[in-house]
Amino acid sequence: MTSRRLFLKSSALAMFGVGAAPAWLSRALYAADAPSARKKILVAIFQRGAVDGLNMVVPFGEKNYYNLRPNLAIPKPDGTEDAAIDLDGFFGLHPALSPLKPIYDAGHMAIVHAVGSPDPTRSHFDAQDYMESGTPGRKATADGWLNRSLLSQPNPSPVRAVSLGTALPRSMRGHNEAVAIANLNDFKIRDVHGAGTFESMYDNTLDQVLGGAGRETFEAVKLMQSIQQQPYAPTGGVQYPNGPLGQSLMQIARLIKSDVGLEVAFAEMGGWDTHFNEVGARPTQGQLANLLGQFGSALAAFYQDLGDRMADVSVVTMSEFGRTARENGSRGTDHGHANVMLAFGGGIRGGKVHGEWPGLEQEQLYEQRDLQLTTDFRDVLGELVVRHLGNPRVTSVFPGYQQPKFPGIAAG
Amino acid sequence: MKTKFGITLMLVTGVAVLAAFSTDYSQFNQRLAKDQEILHALKRVTFGPRPGDVEAVQKMGLKKWIDLQLHPERIAENPELTERLRPLESLTMSPTEIATNYPPPAVVQAMMRGLLPMPADPEARARMELQAKRLEAKQEAKGDLKDKQGKGGDPLQQAMRQQVLAVTDPVARRKLIANNTPQQVLAYDLNEAKLYRAIYSNRQLEEQMVDFWFNHFNVYMDKGADRILTSSYERDAIRPRVFGKFRDLLEATAESPAMLFYLDNWQNVSPDRAQQGRFGKQFAKQLAKQKAKQSRGLNENYARELMELHTLGVDGGYTQQDIIEVARCFTGWTINQPNRGGEFIYNDRVHDKGEKTVLGVEIPAGGGQDDAERVLDILARHPSTARFISTKLAQKFVADDPPPALIEHMAKTFRDTDGDIRAVMATMLESKEFLSEGAFSSKVKTPLELVVSAVRATSAEVNYAIPLATQMAQLGQPLYRKIEPTGYSSANAEWVNSAALLARMNFALALTANRVPGIKVDQSQFQDNVAATGRQVLFRDPAKPTLESIQRALEQKEPTPGLVAGLVLGSPDFQRR
Repeated sequence: MTSRRLFLKSSALAMFGVGAAPAWLSRALYAADAPSARKKILVAIFQRGAVDGLNMVVPFGEKNYYNLRPNLAIPKPDGTEDAAIDLDGFFGLHPALSPLKPIYDAGHMAIVHAVGSPDPTRSHFDAQDYMESGTPGRKATADGWLNRSLLSQPNPSPVRAVSLGTALPRSMRGHNEAVAIANLNDFKIRDVHGAGTFESMYDNTLDQVLGGAGRETFEAVKLMQSIQQQPYAPTGGVQYPNGPLGQSLMQIARLIKSDVGLEVAFAEMGGWDTHFNEVGARPTQGQLANLLGQFGSALAAFYQDLGDRMADVSVVTMSEFGRTARENGSRGTDHGHANVMLAFGGGIRGGKVHGEWPGLEQEQLYEQRDLQLTTDFRDVLGELVVRHLGNPRVTSVFPGYQQPKFPGIAAG
Repeated sequence: MKTKFGITLMLVTGVAVLAAFSTDYSQFNQRLAKDQEILHALKRVTFGPRPGDVEAVQKMGLKKWIDLQLHPERIAENPELTERLRPLESLTMSPTEIATNYPPPAVVQAMMRGLLPMPADPEARARMELQAKRLEAKQEAKGDLKDKQGKGGDPLQQAMRQQVLAVTDPVARRKLIANNTPQQVLAYDLNEAKLYRAIYSNRQLEEQMVDFWFNHFNVYMDKGADRILTSSYERDAIRPRVFGKFRDLLEATAESPAMLFYLDNWQNVSPDRAQQGRFGKQFAKQLAKQKAKQSRGLNENYARELMELHTLGVDGGYTQQDIIEVARCFTGWTINQPNRGGEFIYNDRVHDKGEKTVLGVEIPAGGGQDDAERVLDILARHPSTARFISTKLAQKFVADDPPPALIEHMAKTFRDTDGDIRAVMATMLESKEFLSEGAFSSKVKTPLELVVSAVRATSAEVNYAIPLATQMAQLGQPLYRKIEPTGYSSANAEWVNSAALLARMNFALALTANRVPGIKVDQSQFQDNVAATGRQVLFRDPAKPTLESIQRALEQKEPTPGLVAGLVLGSPDFQRR
């Protein structure tokens, strides 16, 4: 580990030449040697399409869960692979999430149930927009919560905020520099000859706006090249799943281990809008099981790959809203309200399902059909921003949110 | 009394002076040099000059040319465009025809489960069955392979597929797409048409306006039924009215199924009326079903965006109560079977019959469809709307921060002509601010403007436009896929970031090296001399750093064909318009 980092450091500096390395790079590289000075990192994962939280983290101790979902309910834990994995005698993980169980048992993964956005919308695009802007019910917000969670600092790393994908997601937009990278390998000028020429043009242009952006761009390009001089080998031969989320998390792990100044990262996974055939022949099979399998193994691979580095890292997952408590007529579920969020990392107070459980009896349901909300998603994200990232100004990260009630998931 | 007045006056003057100092608009009073005027106008009115355009406008006279662009019906269309649009069949279909020919997955599934009748036509039935099989296979594989959000698939395989499609002739290509990925045909047709029109149309300003108004009244193609409704939305609601009266355009969008679906007004019903059981059993049953589905009566989404984004602007002077009142007026404006391409209908049975007050205007109880018509009247004629629309147009065509005097001038035209868009555009394009130093080169191109202007500047031959659309998505502007109702911003800050800038430079090099499938640039047109090539694609001298950087690079290495032009297209010079 140490030798690898030393290698990276020297190669990164070599790219710029002695004495020419930008200040943020030296700072990022040298800070890495002093664990106390290491930056905390927050990774946000969006499950687009509204995951069925009631089958992701199953309230098997709730009688009405089985009444509401005759075809969909995950059986009570019985030790087999065809049933929920017991967490605390009341909640259980979907069996496809078994790779996460060891993290939970180690006390490094917290689950918050009945959490979500207070806005009643059941429109994907509105709900995603509200969750990413961090301002439920307010469309006019121009930037995203993850961008606002960055503390201003002089001379920041150009890759302090990275989202994996072709377009910058709403969460990441804002006045702090943030980059969207589909693939670290592609973050370069594809013509070697052209690269130097463009760099010289943008370095010397009188166009201040484009010149500034250009210089940042070429700094970031060099950085990406420097950390990629060797093929990436995850620690201990960990295998990331082939789907998009696994590949995104692998690249985030690579950035973290390279100590290039990453502070916040964003990755996403789609396909959760399971109106039809959410389950297969058995409730533990089919579409949702496949998706959760990919999801769980990607998260677990990331956790194992980072090893000790997880001490600095928190990962949080979210989805725009939950799904109906009752199954619909086509072995699926429709758009609902509250959902479930996961948080894991070295500083997470895990091994527990947090949040007040509202119950699933008819009169306990939101609008008589969905899981009630007992925790605002901003409480979960806000706690991580304050206690993990160390940004105390929670009301500027979540404007208009007056009284956060942190669920107690981060050690701080 | 007198002193008090004096102090007030001083204060007012002081504020005015302060305001004048805080933003300096004096550059907008400096007229451009004559030889720059035409190039500047071409860069704003069109999607970028082609070789010969400057000379053509010179010959005609700038004023006459602008006037002609304001009257597209007087301009003969380019046969090259017509030729390219012909194979794109879905563009001329009604939503119902589209629903039949390119059914959404939900309809295919409903047919297979016997909930909807199968088409009688054996060919259509066979196609449906094929799709059902595909859908089933896809669902079983979901989770292993692909991300449903449209980015799915192995990139390498995708790239190869595009290569193959690019060399196939248009008619055969469309068959291939329709058979293999029928769900993509509609998006492909729309994307191709948009790019072909921007590149080849002689009615450039009209295309700019279609882009502007579609973006202003944005809908998101991947939201459910909007997949089949978007084509008609652009063609039937937007396009015919881009130079018309704002009130007509507003109404066309308000009753378009695409907008009703996108902003949920089709589900907007009066909660009281929904609970009354006096309409017979059948209706009560239908309502119960509808209620179970949404269980919320009033839906404010459309009402809010109508005022915030379509008319008054966020600071236009409305309250949350106004939003509720407008939503009440729009109850019952819905769609007859959106997933089957249904049309706008007004359903009086779910309309809120109570009295409403919108922006201080009383709308008496007992109204019907005309309640919302009143709302559209009030909004279209509100002074905030005149100002908001004028500002947004000036931000697109003049500068990010246009001078207040210009906005006021345009807003006055808007008010005086009852929202005549052509007149407002004429006021702007004939203003001194439009042809000023302040406006010159002040805008960074959007990805659409960048991609299209590069194709036009190099006279590239486009035989398949989807690879260009893919480029645009990588640059951050996927066409017809802006999720938020805000549409894309035209502000410089929106488009200047590391990843996007890198993608722009890579696109420029790929284009002139003929590495973008389906696009052919004639590399022999570029001259050996760097300065001359620069002038060929920029239509003016390249900036010194651009010129010298390229010249230095050439001292070290012989350029590959098209490289110099690619470097110029990726330079800071070409990012501006």
